[in-house]
Amino acid sequence: MAKRIDVKDVNIYYGKFHAVRDVTLSVPPKQVTAFIGPSGCGKSTVLRTLNRMHEVIPGARVDGKVLLDGENIYAPAVDPVQVRRTIGMVFQSPNPFPTMSIRDNVVAGLKLSGVRSKQRLDEVAEQALRGANLWNEVADRLNKPGGGLSGGQQQRLCIARAIAVQPDVLLMDEPCSALDPISTLAIEDLISDLKQHYTIVIVTHNMQQAARVSDQTAFFNVPGVGEAGRLVEINETEKIFSNPDQQATEDYISGRFG
Amino acid sequence: MTTTDTLTDRPLSASTFQHLSAGRRLRNSLATALVTGAFLVALIPLGWLLYTVISRGYEAVLSDRWFTHSLAGVMPEQFAGGIYHALYGTLVQGVMCALIAIPIGVFTAIYLAEYGRGWLARTVTFMVDILSGVPSIVAALFIFALWITVLGFPKSAFAVSLALVLLMLPIVIRSTEEMLRLVPDQLREASYALGVPKWKTIVRIVLPTAFSGMITGMMLAMARVLGETAPVLVLVGYSRSINYDVFEGNMASLPLTVMNELLNPEPAGMARMWGAALTLVLVVMFFNLAAAVISRLSAVKTK
Repeated sequence: MAKRIDVKDVNIYYGKFHAVRDVTLSVPPKQVTAFIGPSGCGKSTVLRTLNRMHEVIPGARVDGKVLLDGENIYAPAVDPVQVRRTIGMVFQSPNPFPTMSIRDNVVAGLKLSGVRSKQRLDEVAEQALRGANLWNEVADRLNKPGGGLSGGQQQRLCIARAIAVQPDVLLMDEPCSALDPISTLAIEDLISDLKQHYTIVIVTHNMQQAARVSDQTAFFNVPGVGEAGRLVEINETEKIFSNPDQQATEDYISGRFG
Repeated sequence: MTTTDTLTDRPLSASTFQHLSAGRRLRNSLATALVTGAFLVALIPLGWLLYTVISRGYEAVLSDRWFTHSLAGVMPEQFAGGIYHALYGTLVQGVMCALIAIPIGVFTAIYLAEYGRGWLARTVTFMVDILSGVPSIVAALFIFALWITVLGFPKSAFAVSLALVLLMLPIVIRSTEEMLRLVPDQLREASYALGVPKWKTIVRIVLPTAFSGMITGMMLAMARVLGETAPVLVLVGYSRSINYDVFEGNMASLPLTVMNELLNPEPAGMARMWGAALTLVLVVMFFNLAAAVISRLSAVKTK
C-alpha cells in the first residue's frame, strides 16, 4: 500500500536545457505533499519525474535517484510501465477516454492490463467511483460516454480511473485549475479522504489550496528565465505558511513576488 | 474631476454605436457580392457536368440489363447488354488496391505519427510527398516496366491494382497521419499514467479515437483511385465479356468502357459511353456517401 518517496540529487534536462537543479526531498506515506512556486519553476517537471512520465517528452532525461520505499525507479533494469502502474497520476485538465463509457473509463487500466472478469471489473468500477465521490452521480448512467459529464465530474472520473489500478502513490498536477470553486471543494474533500490510503503529491498554483489540503509543502523557485528551477524549502505546511526558514518563501507566500 | 463626471453621466448619444459609415457599408456589400459570386461561378461547371452526364446517361443506366449483363455478343449498333463486366472490374481492382494500400498506409502513418523521429521519419515523409505528386500515367508505366517487362507477368487486373496502390498509398498515409495527430497527447499520457504500454495505448486508445476520421480518409482515397484511367489503359486490355481472373486476361472497367465506346460511332455506343460515365460518377458518389455515413456512425459520442 502507501509508500514513501525519497528524491536524491535529481537534475532534470530537456535536451540541453537544464530544467531543474539538485532536488532532494522526502515524501512520507499517507500524507499530502504540496509543490508550490511561480510558473516555470519546475514543480510539474519534478512531479512528472516521480513516475517517469516526463520521459514521454522527447529529449527529456533525469540524473539522480528517486527511491520508492528504497527502490530506485531509475535503476537500469526498471520498467517504466511498471513504475506508472504503482504511481498513478491525475492531470491538469480532465482527460477521460472519449471512446469509452464511464464504467470503461474507470476500469481502463485493469482492462488494458488483461483483467477480463466482468464481475470483478464491475466491483472495481463501483469501488473506485465511490472512492472518488462520484458513484451517486453516475450510478444510473455507467454506460454513457465519459465526455458527457461536467468538468468537475470528469476530473473525479479521472481520479477514479487512477485509483482503480490501486497505486501506492497518487500524483496530481494542478487537478483543480480547470474547475469552478464547488468542484474544487469536492476534489479537496476527496484528497483528504484519499490520504488515508495513498501517498499524495499535489502541484498547485493556489496557496490557499496548499494550506488547506497538505501536510507538508515544498516551495520551488527559478532565479530567472532560462535558468534551472530549484527547491527552496520543504517543511511542514503550517511552518511554511507561518514562519518559513527562507526569506524567499516568505516573500512568495506573502505575495511580494510571483 | 467635474469634467470626468459630466462625461460619464451624460447618456450616450444614440448615434455613437449605430452609425455605419457609407464606405464600410459599400465595402461590406462588395465583399459579400464577391464571395457569393465566386461560389456561384464555381458551382456552374459542377452543375453543368452533372446535368450533361445524367441527361445523356440515364437511359442506358435505367435499361433493364444494365447492372446485370456484360456486352458479350452485343453488336456496336445494338442497344443491348450492360456494364456488369466493367463494374465488376472497377470494384475488384479498387478492392484489391485497398487491401494492399490500407494496411501499408495505416502502419506507415502510425510510424510517422507515433514513433517517427529523426532522419528516417523525415525521409519517409519526403518520399510520401513525392509519391503523391507522381502522375498516374507514370505510376502505370513504372508497374509496366517492373511487373510485366522485368518480372514477366502478363497484363492483368492485378497489375492495375498495383499501380493504383502507388496512387492510393500517399493519400491513405497523409489522411491517417493527420487523424492520429489530432488525437490529444493528454489521452496518450492518461493511458501511460495507468501503466499501459505504448503499443497498447496506440491500439486501444489512439486508433479508436481516430477511427472515424481514418475511415473517411480511406473511403475518399478509394473514390479517388476508382476513376483513374491511365493504369487501366496501360496495364490491362479491354474485354466486352466478364473475366473473373484478376491475374490473367483482359478485364473491363468503367473508364476503359468509356474509352472503348468513345471509338464506337453508333448512337448505341454514345449511349453506353455516357451510361458508363454516369455509373462511374454513381460509384464514386456511393463511396463518398458511405464515408459520410460511417464517419457519422463511428464518431466519438458525448451523450
